[in-house]
Amino acid sequence: MLLINCPYCGERPEPEFVYGGEAHIARPKDPDSQGPQDWVRYLYRRDNTRGVHAERWRHTHGCGRFFNALRDTTTDHFLVTYKTGEPRPDPAKATP
Amino acid sequence: MNEGLRSAHGGSIDRSQVLHFRFDGRPYTGVAGDTLASALLANGVHLMGRSFKYHRPRGVLAAGAEEPNALVTVRRDAARETPNLRATQVELYEGLDAVSQNRWPSLAFDVGALNDLLAPFIPAGFYYKTFMWPKRAWHALYEPRIRAAAGLGRSPTQPDPDRYATRHAHCDVLVVGAGPAGLAAAQAAALAGARVILCDEQAQLGGSLLSAPASPAARELPGTLAALAANPRVTLLPRTTAFGYFPHNSVGLSERLTEHLANPAPDAPRERQWQVRAREVVLATGAIERPLVFPGNDRPGVMLAGAARTFLNRYGVLAGTRAVLVTACDEAYQAAYDLQEAHVYIACIADVRAENTASAAARAAGIPVMTQATVLGTGGRLRVNSVELARCADGLVSERTQQPCDLVLISGGYTPSVHLHSQSRGKLTWSEPLQAFVPGAAIERVRSAGACRGVFAPEAARADGTAQGAAAAAEALDPQRSGVDPAHGAPRTAAAPARAPDGALAGALPQGGKTRRRAFVDWQNDVTSKDLALALREGFRSIEHVKRYTTTGMATDQGKTSNLNALGIVSRALERPIPEVGLTTFRMPYTPVTFGAFAGVARGDLFDPIRRTPTHGWAESRGAVFEDVGLWKRARYFPRAGEDMHAAVARECLAVRAACGLFDASTLGKIEVVGRDAATFMNRLYVNAWSNLAVGRCRYGILLRDDGFVYDDGVVARIGESRFHVTTTTGGAPRVLAMMEDFLQTEWPDLSVWLTSTTEQWAVIAVQGPKARELLAPLVDVDITAAAFPHMSVALGHILGVPMRLFRVSFTGELGFEINVPADYGAAVWEAVWQAGQPFGMTPYGTESMHVLRAEKGYIIVGQDTDGTVTPDDAGLSWAIGKSKPDFVGKRSLKRPAMNAPERRQLVGLLTQDPKVVLEEGSQVMAQPNAPVPTRPLGHVTSSYFSAVLGRSIALALVSGGRARSGQTLYVPGASGEAPVQVSPTVFYDPTGARINA
Amino acid sequence: MTPFSGLSLFLKGLGGQKGWQRQWRSPEPKPAYDAIIVGGGGHGLGAAYYLAAEHGLTNVAVLEKGWIGGGNTGRNTTVIRSNYLFDESAALYDHALKMWSDLAQVLNYNVMFSPRGVMMLAHTVHDMQVAKRHIHANRANGVDNEWLTPEEAKAFCPPLNIGALRYPILGAALQRRGGTARHDAVAWGYARAADALGVDILENCEVTGILRDAGGRAQGVITTRGTIRSPRIGVAAAGHSSVVMKMAGVELPLESFPLQALVSEPVKPVFPCVVMSNTIHAYISQSDKGELVIGAGTDAYTSYTQRGGLHITSHALEAICELFPMFRRLKMLRSWGGIVDVTPDRSPIIGKTPVPGLYLNCGWGTGGFKATPGSAHVFAWTIARDEPHPINAPFTLERFTEGNLIDEAAAAAVAH
Repeated sequence: MLLINCPYCGERPEPEFVYGGEAHIARPKDPDSQGPQDWVRYLYRRDNTRGVHAERWRHTHGCGRFFNALRDTTTDHFLVTYKTGEPRPDPAKATP
Repeated sequence: MNEGLRSAHGGSIDRSQVLHFRFDGRPYTGVAGDTLASALLANGVHLMGRSFKYHRPRGVLAAGAEEPNALVTVRRDAARETPNLRATQVELYEGLDAVSQNRWPSLAFDVGALNDLLAPFIPAGFYYKTFMWPKRAWHALYEPRIRAAAGLGRSPTQPDPDRYATRHAHCDVLVVGAGPAGLAAAQAAALAGARVILCDEQAQLGGSLLSAPASPAARELPGTLAALAANPRVTLLPRTTAFGYFPHNSVGLSERLTEHLANPAPDAPRERQWQVRAREVVLATGAIERPLVFPGNDRPGVMLAGAARTFLNRYGVLAGTRAVLVTACDEAYQAAYDLQEAHVYIACIADVRAENTASAAARAAGIPVMTQATVLGTGGRLRVNSVELARCADGLVSERTQQPCDLVLISGGYTPSVHLHSQSRGKLTWSEPLQAFVPGAAIERVRSAGACRGVFAPEAARADGTAQGAAAAAEALDPQRSGVDPAHGAPRTAAAPARAPDGALAGALPQGGKTRRRAFVDWQNDVTSKDLALALREGFRSIEHVKRYTTTGMATDQGKTSNLNALGIVSRALERPIPEVGLTTFRMPYTPVTFGAFAGVARGDLFDPIRRTPTHGWAESRGAVFEDVGLWKRARYFPRAGEDMHAAVARECLAVRAACGLFDASTLGKIEVVGRDAATFMNRLYVNAWSNLAVGRCRYGILLRDDGFVYDDGVVARIGESRFHVTTTTGGAPRVLAMMEDFLQTEWPDLSVWLTSTTEQWAVIAVQGPKARELLAPLVDVDITAAAFPHMSVALGHILGVPMRLFRVSFTGELGFEINVPADYGAAVWEAVWQAGQPFGMTPYGTESMHVLRAEKGYIIVGQDTDGTVTPDDAGLSWAIGKSKPDFVGKRSLKRPAMNAPERRQLVGLLTQDPKVVLEEGSQVMAQPNAPVPTRPLGHVTSSYFSAVLGRSIALALVSGGRARSGQTLYVPGASGEAPVQVSPTVFYDPTGARINA
Repeated sequence: MTPFSGLSLFLKGLGGQKGWQRQWRSPEPKPAYDAIIVGGGGHGLGAAYYLAAEHGLTNVAVLEKGWIGGGNTGRNTTVIRSNYLFDESAALYDHALKMWSDLAQVLNYNVMFSPRGVMMLAHTVHDMQVAKRHIHANRANGVDNEWLTPEEAKAFCPPLNIGALRYPILGAALQRRGGTARHDAVAWGYARAADALGVDILENCEVTGILRDAGGRAQGVITTRGTIRSPRIGVAAAGHSSVVMKMAGVELPLESFPLQALVSEPVKPVFPCVVMSNTIHAYISQSDKGELVIGAGTDAYTSYTQRGGLHITSHALEAICELFPMFRRLKMLRSWGGIVDVTPDRSPIIGKTPVPGLYLNCGWGTGGFKATPGSAHVFAWTIARDEPHPINAPFTLERFTEGNLIDEAAAAAVAH
């Protein structure tokens, strides 16, 4: 059971959260103009990184807010959590 | 009890408290403080089990959790039978009833031991090479026999009546193991102000100190324990095994609460599982003595030296009368001295090493010592009666001697218990002097102390514990510190202090040539050094392969005594150092943990929460049959005396069509969408056009995923310019809200919208049928005449003074209303409506009738008539799409080529040629009669009922190119033959909608 | 290759079991092969075997970064069944199931396929609808699957509790041909048979790069044991597929999740079949050794750690204790985790890729073991002929762009 640092509430146990998949996949502003390849990339392509992964979590049973996190998928340790809309931090500078 | 085998004093037993127990039906006595193993030994019983494969007679090898042989079943009553318990861990209580396992007819005479004679022909992995002919014989013939021979104890056959508890706890420092290092660590951490949990798998805290009562730390033990117990910051948990290390310093503990009691309170939980989140963890898990691998090393009476010492010093039991010690380390000499002092005759010490200070000291003390020794075999059947010793130098065996004895003490040194460190993903490093792995860099916030990192001497371990406990507390209490941020591989503790090695051996004793006798590496699974050699010969090189092929280390002791010897043997054979051969990963649990303890209280009605609507009691009192929908209990139908479901449903449906019905729709999901941009939000999300929906009006909304498939549906009402009352399917409410929040928070944070789940705020009472208006009008303060309140209207008002949102909507095709009142009023309003409906012939109906009624009208149920692969067009819902909208969720995906293929499965009606035949839901639809197998079906029946009002069956189906097939005859095979069906429109009843608009 | 048989075991037994050869060689990599398979699990080893046995390609290497069978092949619950809903899936999994039935004889290695029956429980009306849809669809496809009443289910699996449960058992769908097999033996059996045909099995050989020519065609791989050239590269790397395919610039619609499983201590035979419950998320069978083998769900988040949370394990055991309350006193002996690679439609990808000469077999999610022989067989076909076998033709990477999903998960969607 992970311990997740909600940027709004602090550290809480994993069952309070719902995983939201890879972060920074913005929905195209004008989907109708998207070519088939672009659209399918948005829908389905995932980095599935082995290493530092930017991902979304929602503190569903808490503040209800979505936020982003950098987590190392080889250790499951979080490097940093940050608010939705903020750019992806540099993992080297992210203080654990 | 054999008085001669119990020492006169000493140990932590209470000789005055005699306990009676049975083993294999025979009565014995022991004393309070005994384990089953110590009590049996005190009675002279060494034979306690049979091995897994060869059914060899086995005695007790160890004194603790690592015991591979002495597995027993303990029986309290018919339902409380626990197999595969280690006798070394079963605390004795008055009336204990234990039986041995894996033998027939008796432990002393076991027919299964025939396997032992076949041993030359059934080596490691033999089953991969045979039993293949004829083809069916594996499942029919061989496998059942192999299965019957395998297994250890028997599973209970009755439901376990005991209870199990779960507790979550937080602490600054969790200390695992209450030996010298763990006790010191807990003391130091508590002294620094940390909240400490100290757990130990044994009934008594003290660990190795309990087996070495003469040491200074042992003499201080009572005072130490009293001080810890008195400290409010310290929680002491005896009988509690830390079994698993999970991410982010979450440690699972298994506490045994009643198993040691003769008469546990019937409602007391049997075990409690702790999930501890610790800021810092100190592992003080000690070390496990390693056996020596030599021919005949599995004979009862061959025992780890430290175990014999524990039996003597802790339980006051002499494991034999004439002993030989075979050792590769100094530590084991102490066992010989202790036993000698207790008047056990030490016939000889065989040290596998060259002359050393320990051997010299023993010789000086008058004990015969042979160095550079090896063991060539043992004698005896159910108990060892001799050991064949020899000197082995440079591969040459000399000085063979036969030593009579009834006890052979063995020691290959100590293996630090690095299980939890490894489980935490910490690295392990090889220690050449210890011939063992010790903890390396940590990933989690964990450090090791004492013997589990190679600091063995009690005083040194104590000092190490103090240092590690203090360091852990300092980090845990650091004000800069947040949570359990990981260590990121930084070393937490300095390498163990280098000190003179006192000997260890990983591998087999040299035999100076070939021997036909078997030397056991894994006692329980009967893996011998020859098996390992065979695996290597057959090309299995990775230690994981060797382990899986031979099953070494895979028994219920998980290789606690065998892994390093196996590694040593493989390493020698491959001529590669042990660290290169590798070590198999340690995984939870450290020792086996009861399933029930994981399940905890989640049983019966507590397995999952139950959601009940406000009218649940009412329905129950009228004999409703309920169905599970998600967590909800929903009334499915209301049978009257003598009615089955079909009769009840037919009656309920006809009542709705002819007069009126009452239905609880409270489980429908409800989300309040509020804010300046609510309409924009709805426009972007749902396929429908919402801008033109007037306040006071409702619309059937469809929600797609962005991949274009139908996700949910429901009526959406516009309560105000900036307020929508959105309903969802019963099961879909949470995921729809989650999806809404997702888009609102992450894609459209510019929109000013608030989302609130109101599912449980509103009770929803559906009044449906031609009489609905007439009966409802007097109860409400809203004008519900047809002109003022047409179909798909919504109004705020009161019913009998209770605030309500009144919908004129219908899922039946009849004139209908859905009354939303605050849930607390739900039961009362329901009862009032029910009373008002009596003169009109009102009938309550359940979900089954609701399904029939809606199917008669061709209304879909998402999840039944759609399945996540259905587009709006497939479901015949294209009309709902707001065509002029530039975008909505899923719109772009609908343009993908396959989404518009003519052969897509489309929702159609099916009418059986024989109106009495009701198709089975899920039946496949075929183009041709008597289609051969295999034939690709055209589609499948999604909904199928007998329609009482139509006097015939009806069905909905998803059929390839279905709408173009209108009027065609298709075929639906079923269990009772094939039914020809005609493709029809989906609306079977009142296609013009006259009734709904009445 | 010394044939395996009861007789050879007996004869070798007379000689102290000394006469056995290596089951597969441990050769040095050659500079080039006619085909390379990346991933030494059951799918990869099987593909190499079928390339050699059925397509005459014997100059083949299997590249495994660790030890063969060490990934999901050796980390699953060994359940085998083919009662999938969609025609495409049923065809694929039934192809495998048919091959399972004589795999031991074909490979001369006892993989212990045991058709003991796989029973899937229905707890709700919706479950029943889904189960019956499966049964009818399977029947049309020639896949056996039958409906059992609760009493019949209890008769088939006596430990089952059909009494008052939080989610009562309303019936079950039973595939009698389904069952279990010995997972390690599948990897070793394919390895031994492939090796005998000349295939090189290269363990501890991790692929770190994929070579492509100017035209973009795959030419070989860079590995920790040197560069190896080949015009055909089949990737069967399961949870690590994304990592490997990224080396060739191919993006995948995959996510890798931890999947946990566990066994109990061994007990005498008590559980005759395989039981699965999708509604309360658990499955269970008993191994030949006597251990109850129990599968848990996946953790929610992507991970390559091969471990998951305690709450996932607990949830699976809650379900097992609820369905089989007599097992409550049994103990968990060992647990492990695998990394399952999951596609958006929960169906695998087997076929060509945008890179000529590079072929892909991945996305099996939790269904990989049962498909092993069928998957390996059609993958070998695809690699050898540069075109898919009719059975794997629908399982392309392009189906996501076109929208031709084969959505087994959605088809079981819970709603209403």
